[in-house]
Amino acid sequence: MDIRGKVFKYGDEVNTDVILPGRWCHLYKPEDLKLHCMEDLDSHFAESVKDGDIIVGGNNFGCGSSREVAPLAIKSCGVSAIIAKSFARIFYRNCINIGLPIFESPEAVDGISNGDEVSIDMAKGEITNNSTGGIFKFVPFPEFMRDILSRGGIRDYVLDKLKETSA
Amino acid sequence: MGMTLTEKIMASHSGESQVSPGEIINMKLDIVMANELSAVLTFDILENWGVDRIFDPEKVCLIPDHFTPNKDIRSAAISKTVREFAHRHKIKHYYEQGRAGIEHAVIAEKGLVFPGETMIGGDSHTCTSGALGAFATGVGSTDIAAALLTGDVWMRVPPTIKLEYNGKPKDYVHGKDLIIYTLSQLGTSFATYKAIEYTGNSFRYFSIADRLTMSNMSIEGGGKNGIFAVDDITVDFLKRTERYKNAPEDIVMIKPDDDAVYEKHLVFDISDLEPQVAFPYSPDNGHPVSDAENIQIDQVVIGTCTNGWYEDMKLAASVLKGRKIHPNVRAIVIPGSVAVQQRCIREGLAEIFIDAGCVFSTSTCGPCIGGHMGVLGPEEVCVSTTNRNFVGRMGAKTSKSYLANPAIAAASAVAGRIAHPYEL
Repeated sequence: MDIRGKVFKYGDEVNTDVILPGRWCHLYKPEDLKLHCMEDLDSHFAESVKDGDIIVGGNNFGCGSSREVAPLAIKSCGVSAIIAKSFARIFYRNCINIGLPIFESPEAVDGISNGDEVSIDMAKGEITNNSTGGIFKFVPFPEFMRDILSRGGIRDYVLDKLKETSA
Repeated sequence: MGMTLTEKIMASHSGESQVSPGEIINMKLDIVMANELSAVLTFDILENWGVDRIFDPEKVCLIPDHFTPNKDIRSAAISKTVREFAHRHKIKHYYEQGRAGIEHAVIAEKGLVFPGETMIGGDSHTCTSGALGAFATGVGSTDIAAALLTGDVWMRVPPTIKLEYNGKPKDYVHGKDLIIYTLSQLGTSFATYKAIEYTGNSFRYFSIADRLTMSNMSIEGGGKNGIFAVDDITVDFLKRTERYKNAPEDIVMIKPDDDAVYEKHLVFDISDLEPQVAFPYSPDNGHPVSDAENIQIDQVVIGTCTNGWYEDMKLAASVLKGRKIHPNVRAIVIPGSVAVQQRCIREGLAEIFIDAGCVFSTSTCGPCIGGHMGVLGPEEVCVSTTNRNFVGRMGAKTSKSYLANPAIAAASAVAGRIAHPYEL
């Protein structure tokens, strides 16, 4: 799975309230969520993001609420990946579970600017900034999570487990 | 090798005699909880997966509390979906609006999770139950869907950070002040992927409510959970639960091993600590209340899952008794549960609140997430006993929230600006 897109870059502590404000937490369908994504951080994001684009953030990306509609809103906009210096725990789990690729790489974040074009090679574990030529490593996923991501989310893992226990 | 509280519970729920940080385990769950907003997405996921079953309807708890009483038609439809699901699957712990309260208060009050047990909830403040010696953590709707099917969840065993608080607190200093101070020293991600274990002699001076507030806000430091060992203060609380009446033997006096290994052990002397206020826009932006010079306010919220316990209501009422809310301020009091609300009525606290000019509300998460029942308008400023003050959290993007304990919030409501009760 290769990823390539234009970067929307933000700072530290991008919390789930600004990704999807509480006032929209009674939405859960992708077509509704995408209209309000990043609303309180970047009011132009939802109208300008294109399929395949990449979000880059600083430390503790996705902190705050457990609302899965936050990563779902990002995925609904067509975003192909998030690169950050670090991720909050529940957000990290939610992304793996819904099959939204996320990458931890402080070096890449420092070496990428807003608007750059970036590609990610999952197999090589590399992030390339095509606008500057910079190449960065990302922290590899544990095998267990790589398996979930490669299957597009946790669904098959759970359904296989169910079959095992009922067999 | 000895184990921390969190490691002990994880070991006992994964069939291991010993677990160590970093290991991935399959953890059995004693209760799986969701509110209406996390539940409705969970049901959508289950439908997409093509499965319609529950591992054990006695171990599931569904509580519509966020946008209830239904704030609009869309919210009403969501609550309806949750209600129908609960009835169809014969969910034992489904609690209707007006009959229980906010999920984290209800779980604790009814004894749905006891010391040494495990729970996950589709809400980040599920960690509240750590105050009772349980392992409790928040997850998203997909994890809830998986847990509803299998009754377990994958977890990475976290390293534990021990936070020790010693010394006698000054008047009007509470659990809320300890946690805001801790966050101001350590930041919003010091405990990411980690367990927090709270201890120290200061907790002899505090009630169970202070512990519940601190466990509640463990997620604000990134914590996977925030847990306390069980002592006589915990037991006094547990004895009032419905579960204790039927199964007193369920109380386990869980403690960490003497030779448990902690990643870090930090010690705070709180004897000189002032009440703390977290300024916008982060819970770790803590300052002593005396730093808040002439900050005019429009609204005060007292209660919810962070500070909606009976002791919190009593503290706020002690400040408001015989006083009036400032003419420029709306004050909204929200008990965490119906049981707390009833006790407020029985013991005359409700009258104090209403006489002072407060809205005395039914239990709801409403204003904390900018949902309803007290949403902030443009440029408005609020002092709130809730847990987060991010941009736009309680309403308009240009509104501001300051987080504080119930005494500071009550004093501020009277003064019309952020104030210590001593200033009244």
